[in-house]
Amino acid sequence: DIDGVGHKYHLELELEDVLDKDSTVNCTAEVLYHLGNKNIAPDVQFTLEGELKNTDEADNVFYNRIKSLEKELVAENIPDNYGNVSPEMEPIHLLAWVASGYVIWQNSTENTKFQLAQIKHVKQVKRSDEYLEFDYKILLHEMLTQEIIPWQMTVLWHPQHGVEVTRDSRQPKQA
Amino acid sequence: MRGLVLLAALVAAAAGTETFVGHQVLRIIPTSDEELQKVQELQDLEELQLDFWLAPRGLGHPVDVRVPFPSLQPLKAHLEANGVTYSIMIEDVQELLDQEQMEMLRGRRQMPVTTNTFNYASYHTLDEIYTFMDLLVAENPNLVSKLEIGRSTENRPLYVLKFSKGGTNRPAVWIDTGIHSREWVTQASGVWFAKQIVLDHENDEGLASVLDKMDIFLEIVTNPDGFAFTQTQNRMWRKTRSKQSGSACIGVDPNRNWDAGFGGSGASGNPCSETYHGPYANSEPEVKAIVDFVKNHGNIKAFVSIHSYSQLLLYPYGYTRTPVPDQKELHEVSAKAVAALSSLYGTNYKYGSIITTIYQASGGTIDWTYNQGIKYSFTFELRDTGRYGFLLPAKQIVPTAQETWLALKVIMLHARDHL
Repeated sequence: DIDGVGHKYHLELELEDVLDKDSTVNCTAEVLYHLGNKNIAPDVQFTLEGELKNTDEADNVFYNRIKSLEKELVAENIPDNYGNVSPEMEPIHLLAWVASGYVIWQNSTENTKFQLAQIKHVKQVKRSDEYLEFDYKILLHEMLTQEIIPWQMTVLWHPQHGVEVTRDSRQPKQA
Repeated sequence: MRGLVLLAALVAAAAGTETFVGHQVLRIIPTSDEELQKVQELQDLEELQLDFWLAPRGLGHPVDVRVPFPSLQPLKAHLEANGVTYSIMIEDVQELLDQEQMEMLRGRRQMPVTTNTFNYASYHTLDEIYTFMDLLVAENPNLVSKLEIGRSTENRPLYVLKFSKGGTNRPAVWIDTGIHSREWVTQASGVWFAKQIVLDHENDEGLASVLDKMDIFLEIVTNPDGFAFTQTQNRMWRKTRSKQSGSACIGVDPNRNWDAGFGGSGASGNPCSETYHGPYANSEPEVKAIVDFVKNHGNIKAFVSIHSYSQLLLYPYGYTRTPVPDQKELHEVSAKAVAALSSLYGTNYKYGSIITTIYQASGGTIDWTYNQGIKYSFTFELRDTGRYGFLLPAKQIVPTAQETWLALKVIMLHARDHL
């Protein structure tokens, strides 16, 4: 409890590579939830005790594959209703996961717990520079309220420059 | 021109048949006017019986053509002789058709004929699950019977399977799955549990000893209206499908509709919310049916309500921070159950009371059942922890059901030992 400021949490975490359960990295972090104003994202400071795996090769394979597509990529329902994700769509799924992490962070309070539930729609946006751009419509699942919240996010990615969410907005709920 | 006549003659000599065995689909991408012309000419040769899936359009545009087996050799020889490059897109059209046919039969939802041919590793429709239940009863009439405990808002039957080795009104275990319709791994696990009880009721010592003294009641599709809705309209539907007066929104959260702290903190009064508690306790027929059943039975000793996801084993209370009187014992049983669960595939579960482990929730199922005197009241949240969430891949159904069953046996055995 920090009077007049907010609540600070000190965390010791073990990060596990989603694609390789045996690959773990320890991490310490401090998260400060601001008092009162629910529109400010919590402050996060973290230290990785070790290195994250190098993914250059896989990044470049994915990057080149998308760059060489004749038509812009379009896809729906990832995973599908039965939990399936085709191998070609797996990087699109992972990219959404990372990008949704940013959206979740920006919208988190001490009383929220968000997960990416599904990508409803993804459309590649043509760019004249070297970046890849995707327009995602995703569903976020919030644990406490159990709500499924549609969200739009515009995601930029480049193997050397990483992920950036340039625009995101909450969408009206499905009837 | 002479080459084409020769080609046609060769093909005419080897008349084709009606199936697609040995047919191939070739792709040609003409990159010169000459190539393009050669390909266009092929369209005129009726004897070859070429079937153009993508007709010639222009330079750089792929031309896809299905070639009957007898025309293959002659056509390829002709193309090669004229410097037209091609690639083989489909090696054998019939093979592909056969594969597709198989998948269609699988996907076309054919009704299972016995519970031994039922596919436990895939998700099923409501009708398929109802068929499964009837098959199971028909195959094991001395052990399994089906009860209808009520009807849903949309008038679907609420079925409960009863597993009993005899006696009258024996102390019983209740298990329900699918109360929240989008939690598909739970209904799928319920189907697996039903079959497992039948398979193991004699040779598995623990289960046999439970059934010597107790009956098991299993409601697999506790919210059939919601379940049907997830299959046809909205995969993420959670609640029931009852109309709410004064609102356009539909449905009540069946796990906030029980008479335990009803309407308090931990549920919503807004009909459009996913945790809407409903106009009054037991307003939902799906909930009322279970309440009536439990009260009429009067001898239920263990009650387990199964949800997903989060990988948790929970005991009451959810509506208040006051610990239940049996907190210590329930905590110990949970520890044992979770250890058994993890022993199979290393799946990590946390456990504790609802309010301290997950969040405050009022009007919940097991708070009510506990207050009715059913000491061993538990809720599971099955796999996973968020990677797939509600959309758990079908290949995880059986491992999830297997590990959960180990935990359920711990709870049932404990109940039997403390009758």
